[in-house]
Amino acid sequence: MDIPRYWRLRNQRYKLEGSRCKACGKLFFPPRQICTKCKKREMEPYRFSGRGTIYSYTTVYQTSERFEKQLPSIFAIVKLEEDVLVTAQLADIQEWAVKIGMEVKMVVRKIYEEKQTGPIMYGYKFRPLIDVD
Amino acid sequence: MQHVMKPNRPVGIVGYGAYIPAFRIMSRDISRLWRNEQDLNYLPIEQKSVPGADEDTITMSIEAANNALARARVNPNLIRAIWVGSESHPYAVKPSGTVVAEALEISPHAVSGDFEFACKAGTEAIQAAIGFVGSSMADYALAVGMDTAQGRPGDALEYTAAAGGAAFIIGPAEQAVATIEGSYSYVSDTPDFFRRAYQKFPEHGNRFTGEPAYFHHLRNSVGTLMEEMALKAHDFDYAVFHQPNTKFPVKLAKELGFTRDQIKDGLLVPKIGNTYAGAAVLGLTAILDIAKPGSRILAASFGSGAGSDAFCLSINNQIEEVRTLAPMTTHYVRRSVVIDYGTYARWRTKIIQT
Ligand SMILES: [Zn+2]
Repeated sequence: MDIPRYWRLRNQRYKLEGSRCKACGKLFFPPRQICTKCKKREMEPYRFSGRGTIYSYTTVYQTSERFEKQLPSIFAIVKLEEDVLVTAQLADIQEWAVKIGMEVKMVVRKIYEEKQTGPIMYGYKFRPLIDVD
Repeated sequence: MQHVMKPNRPVGIVGYGAYIPAFRIMSRDISRLWRNEQDLNYLPIEQKSVPGADEDTITMSIEAANNALARARVNPNLIRAIWVGSESHPYAVKPSGTVVAEALEISPHAVSGDFEFACKAGTEAIQAAIGFVGSSMADYALAVGMDTAQGRPGDALEYTAAAGGAAFIIGPAEQAVATIEGSYSYVSDTPDFFRRAYQKFPEHGNRFTGEPAYFHHLRNSVGTLMEEMALKAHDFDYAVFHQPNTKFPVKLAKELGFTRDQIKDGLLVPKIGNTYAGAAVLGLTAILDIAKPGSRILAASFGSGAGSDAFCLSINNQIEEVRTLAPMTTHYVRRSVVIDYGTYARWRTKIIQT
């Protein structure tokens, strides 16, 4: 990802900021310009709570060079409590411990580093709950 | 001349939060690889925390600061300083604090800068925050002590160099869960431990790290604070010191007149290792998790190079309401996924591919 794009997307990557249709209230992540339900164009930013459950998951063993350090990686579709699906990596968990329906919480983690000299890309992942989370 | 520092406006901790990564490596496994278990009876700790491949001082600071914010219950826009103290800032140039601020919705009306003072960088940030809030330049300041420490493979430090830390929102004393009654800092030019620019691993002075470094500075910081505040060891309910291993803080506590009972709750090093800038402050969060209103805490860090910050805190009634608003430190200590040396070496990029 180039630096301007990373910078532009920082609200969704750090804060899970999507959009909400002002007309019908439908929520979107990532944010959209036009509502798929009522076709209106009036959207406002909406920050998701970051809480959800695992809807489905898979383990990835082969990937491009920039993601190699973190292999194997578990990718999940998380159903946010606002009833929106988001695809993200899981953190702090090994495959044997992952269960469909498991409660997870959004955290900011390193997605990848652009070689030794480039920027470090941070973004959302989901991890199992701790204590009173 | 009075050396203990007290701001014009009384200040305290209005919110605190801990973070320790989930992964652990057993000291036994490190010993097996490098010493054939010959030093098994002399291991400085049982196990240490290891950051995941996707964690660094920035991501860990965000987690701890989120916990602190949950407990502080203040609007993040009122936080006017974000200071992260660490010896493992991910960037050499580019502040860790701006990422933390953005993720917590603190920016943009704030100052931010990275602190570095080996293991006391976090308490250095706290001292600055006390001054910032205590002078009424701001109502709230965020100070973080966080590290993902590295030891050279096979070096004595590899047994203990761990990851974790804590975040504190400093604010007016009337809203504080713990009031800072006084603080004191002591520094001298002592080259006990250092890392030159562009070097991956630090150098240390072996036996030189004990008496002239750790003990001398802590003895002076704690001694001066207690003397000038007219407090004796038995006036405190809890004490926490920088903990590079189990032996040092236990020996120091005894020398200063503290009992095992006073230090046991803040002594996390046997289970998580030396979290450097995170060590003393993480111990403090473990105490804040359990201390009753009215109790008094002594907290003192040590940073190589060298110096020590000592704080005297008293617990307020509000503490009971905020504890359960974020995960407690013991839960982070207890969550533990044990990994082998191979995984550890790969994640910590100790394997150099050419
Ligand atoms: Zn709509």
